[in-house]
Amino acid sequence: MKKQVKVLGPGCAKCKTTYNNVLEAVKQLGIEADVTKIEDIEEMMKYNVLTTPVLMVDDVIKIKGRVADINEIKTLLTA
Amino acid sequence: MFDWLQHFADWLIYSLFGLTHGSKVGDALNFFVFDTIKIFILLGLVTFVMGIVNSYFPIDRVRNFLTKRNWYGLDYFLASFFGTITPFCSCSSVPLFIGFVKGGIPLGVTLAFLISSPLVDAVSVAMFIGMFGWKTTIVYVISGIVLSMIAGYILGKLNLEHLLTDWVKKILENKQIADEEFEAEKKTFFQRLPEIGKEALGIVKGVSLYILIGIAIGGLMHGFIPTGFFEEYISKENPFAVPIAVILGVPMYSNAAGVLPVMQVLVQKGIPLGTAIAFSMAVVGLSIPEGLLLKKVMSTKMLFIFFGVVTACIIISGYLFNLIL
Repeated sequence: MKKQVKVLGPGCAKCKTTYNNVLEAVKQLGIEADVTKIEDIEEMMKYNVLTTPVLMVDDVIKIKGRVADINEIKTLLTA
Repeated sequence: MFDWLQHFADWLIYSLFGLTHGSKVGDALNFFVFDTIKIFILLGLVTFVMGIVNSYFPIDRVRNFLTKRNWYGLDYFLASFFGTITPFCSCSSVPLFIGFVKGGIPLGVTLAFLISSPLVDAVSVAMFIGMFGWKTTIVYVISGIVLSMIAGYILGKLNLEHLLTDWVKKILENKQIADEEFEAEKKTFFQRLPEIGKEALGIVKGVSLYILIGIAIGGLMHGFIPTGFFEEYISKENPFAVPIAVILGVPMYSNAAGVLPVMQVLVQKGIPLGTAIAFSMAVVGLSIPEGLLLKKVMSTKMLFIFFGVVTACIIISGYLFNLIL
């Protein structure tokens, strides 16, 4: 099944890095995944987050408030 | 504490590179090498120690802590205190704001957190130790916390809830006391260390460019501005120096890493320490980009009140610093 990956963050440097890391991780794993970036704050608040960036896999918050590196994301995606 | 480093800088510049002791270039480079290495060591230590504290008191836990019971005013202190140990990213300020008020934390307490978080953090503490020494650092940290408490308290008493933007008001109407239990990570101290180290390294990396530029500008000014140059214009006796410095600093956007090396040189050249600290607080604590972000949750009027109250508090502390330092 396709993984749903969401990156929440209002567009700061950390959020962009996270987003790019996700794209790279997906590419390296060679899997198919829907990667979306949520930049709208009202939309973001529905997920009840306090710090950004947030990384969600299949609607579960996996990482919040920090940049996840490529290897870490790969582990999350293959779990 | 840093004698060995001075020996190293001397050896590197005067022996290895063969520059003359006392020459302008030699001394400037020596200053640059010594200051840069010293700051990076301090920065690594302070971010790491604060990272450990933060690992045990992450932001979610702080919020639950503040919502769980009535603190009878002590919450202003707790919010300001926890603001200092929470690493701050300006783009987190809006989610944080919403998350706090939604959980039932009073507006004033939330704002106290929002003021103290950028004002006092690992980077500014490390820079202050490196540039101005322990005594000034302690004065800075304590006054940063007190200032956030007072500004938060005043803003709380002004009952600004009706000046929030509409979608925030809607959220407030449906607010619920955060019911989700904070799940503490069950990790041992040593299991936490790699992540804390990575986080600290990330912070240091993030500000390293600012530090290098700040120290380089500081080094140049060090060589070219005559000592005592500013005393003529900005002395302790000039009653307008502090407000002018603060008002100039408010719109500027930088972090402590970029500002403080320049401040250190300005102080050596005759600017009163208190005025310099007040200016740094204004630069680090408030900025136009932060204001633009906060516009998402505050009406323009509330934004002006928020900036006005914090600016006034910084100006007052500038006068106090000049009295006691």
